Amino acid sequence: MSTSLRRFLVTRLLLTIPMVLILVTMIFFVMRVLPGDPIRSQLGPRVSEEQADALRERLGLNRPLYIQYFDFLWDMVTLDFGTALTQGERPIRDELGERLPATIELTIPAITLTAVIGIFSGAYAAKNRKKPVDYIIRLLSIAVYSIPIFFMGLIFQIIFSVRIPILPLSGRMDTLLLTNFTSITNFYIIDAILTRNWPALWSVLMHLVLPSVTLGLALSGVFVRLTRVNMIEMLQSDFITAGRARGISENKLVYRHALRNTFIPILTMLGLQFAILLAGAVLTETTFSWPGVGRYLVERIQLRDYTAVQATIGIFALFVAFISLLMDILYAFIDPRIRY
Amino acid sequence: MSEKEILMQVRDLSVEYNTRLGEVSAVDNVSFEIYKGEILGLVGESGCGKSTMGKALMRMIQPPGKITSGQIIVNGEDIMAYDQKQMRDFRGRKVSMIFQDPMTSLNPVQRVDEHIIEAIQVHEPDTNTTEALARAQTLIQRLGIRKNRMKSYPHQLSGGMRQRVMVGLGLVLNADLIIADEATTSLDVIVEAQLADQLRDIRETFGVSLLVITHNIALVAELSDRLAVMYAGHIVEMGDVESVFDTPLHPYTKGLLKSIPNIKLDDTEKLYKMPGEPPNLTHPPAGCRFHPRCPFAMSICSQVEPEFSEIVPGRMVKCWLYLDHPDKEEATIEVTA
Repeated sequence: MSTSLRRFLVTRLLLTIPMVLILVTMIFFVMRVLPGDPIRSQLGPRVSEEQADALRERLGLNRPLYIQYFDFLWDMVTLDFGTALTQGERPIRDELGERLPATIELTIPAITLTAVIGIFSGAYAAKNRKKPVDYIIRLLSIAVYSIPIFFMGLIFQIIFSVRIPILPLSGRMDTLLLTNFTSITNFYIIDAILTRNWPALWSVLMHLVLPSVTLGLALSGVFVRLTRVNMIEMLQSDFITAGRARGISENKLVYRHALRNTFIPILTMLGLQFAILLAGAVLTETTFSWPGVGRYLVERIQLRDYTAVQATIGIFALFVAFISLLMDILYAFIDPRIRY
Repeated sequence: MSEKEILMQVRDLSVEYNTRLGEVSAVDNVSFEIYKGEILGLVGESGCGKSTMGKALMRMIQPPGKITSGQIIVNGEDIMAYDQKQMRDFRGRKVSMIFQDPMTSLNPVQRVDEHIIEAIQVHEPDTNTTEALARAQTLIQRLGIRKNRMKSYPHQLSGGMRQRVMVGLGLVLNADLIIADEATTSLDVIVEAQLADQLRDIRETFGVSLLVITHNIALVAELSDRLAVMYAGHIVEMGDVESVFDTPLHPYTKGLLKSIPNIKLDDTEKLYKMPGEPPNLTHPPAGCRFHPRCPFAMSICSQVEPEFSEIVPGRMVKCWLYLDHPDKEEATIEVTA
């Protein structure tokens, strides 16, 4: 690692601190400005003032706001995250420890699928520009982009688990297998491999197919179009013409020379989408009863569970910062002109 | 001249671009030949079709452009009859091309050695990388690029060096003809002179033919053996450089030569400005395409297109001034060799 790269990394990591700080501060205050509070959401409207005060005192919500704020910041810094205000008041770290792995296990195959489908069909369409196959790919990309994701999920469920029952309908694994399944990391794939529980591994993988295909396909539309547009531009550049004049085959020019030069914008988009995916897989998670962090967040926002929402969003911010940092490092590997 | 072997014979080559405004005839029924080991200069204004012609010689016209007619005969074979695979083999191995902008003609994410090794292995799949690298190294050093530059990326090289890499890529497979399409235009004068020197040098060493496409007449005068002047999709005059410069025949060539700025020009003398503008090639003028701008235009010029004819051995011109015609009112000019 060169010194300049190290300096770049340190700068970027330091810049992450104010970014996350601003975000969590905003969330802290916005949550408290919203109508409703965790007391009412749990006790209901017909409860006496004394009971409400008792709960408020127990949850620490009667303390001055600035104390709550610094308390929350301290929890974030120590990565303790505090306890949730609702749903059994469990430590948030435990709750997210169950939810976050589920979401990551769903989003990694989904984003991989998105990249593979999007980049290759985009490049193929660019290569065959203005031919029928180009129009078909473009049409399909608009279709998958505009079909609501839960609708696409439902269609897949009807086809592949109701009409032709080859894939499980929902959940992370077979409930029958769950009884003697030991979860260590909550990443079920890793757990199954660690405990050498092969039937469970198979079940987990099968359960992953429909949700990750749905999510991956829905996102791929953007990448088809992004790749296609960048590739068309790249295929008109001088070095492609020069390569053609050297007798290099069209396939090599498209998939090796041009494609590598379009990776930068694609990678940027991929990084941004991955961040959105973590939080935004709510619809897919709901459709497939996937116990992920997207559903968790929606549920806790509705309950006005201040601490749970704050902590979750803080963690998202860290994820986004980390992924964009990763992308910046990857740029330098792809394009020799970029040096830090 | 006559004992020279012909490397490439072009017959009645036409290229059209299909645009929204109609067919643009960029190259119209052009015939000429390139001899082995010669440097042929092709000059003309921007948009006269010279770059299109260079690309057409390798069948690299991209849609909406199309070669509509003609033959390109190399080693007795018409490459217009080649299929895609034969064409790929032809490009780079028989004829290679150097482009105008060295800044963008190399893949920015590929190192110099990777470029050359790839070019070798595309045409000779049996050559292993070590061998190809050795060949690349010898060649690159011969072109005056230091060996340690082999691992550089294009952006780390100067324009002149990149253009030399392009020349190297053209030479590595022992092509018979190198087409240099405005290859020196974007370089500064000193680097340009160096590259011109180098081009002449590689002709001597490798015995390749060169087609130098440029609008820089001074460069052509310096570099080439023969000269072809293009106007509005036609070659209007062709001959060896000295005679074309000494006694230009076609009125367009005359005007072109008079338009070259000269430091020795007196304050009283004015630089010649050719009247009019190059024609719109969607609707080229009838007859001779130059007649609307020609100071010597006759009535016949606007009606019948003159043939591209050999007036004296080795000198071709496409102009009524030198041709007989029954309807012609003025006397035909006789030219002596």
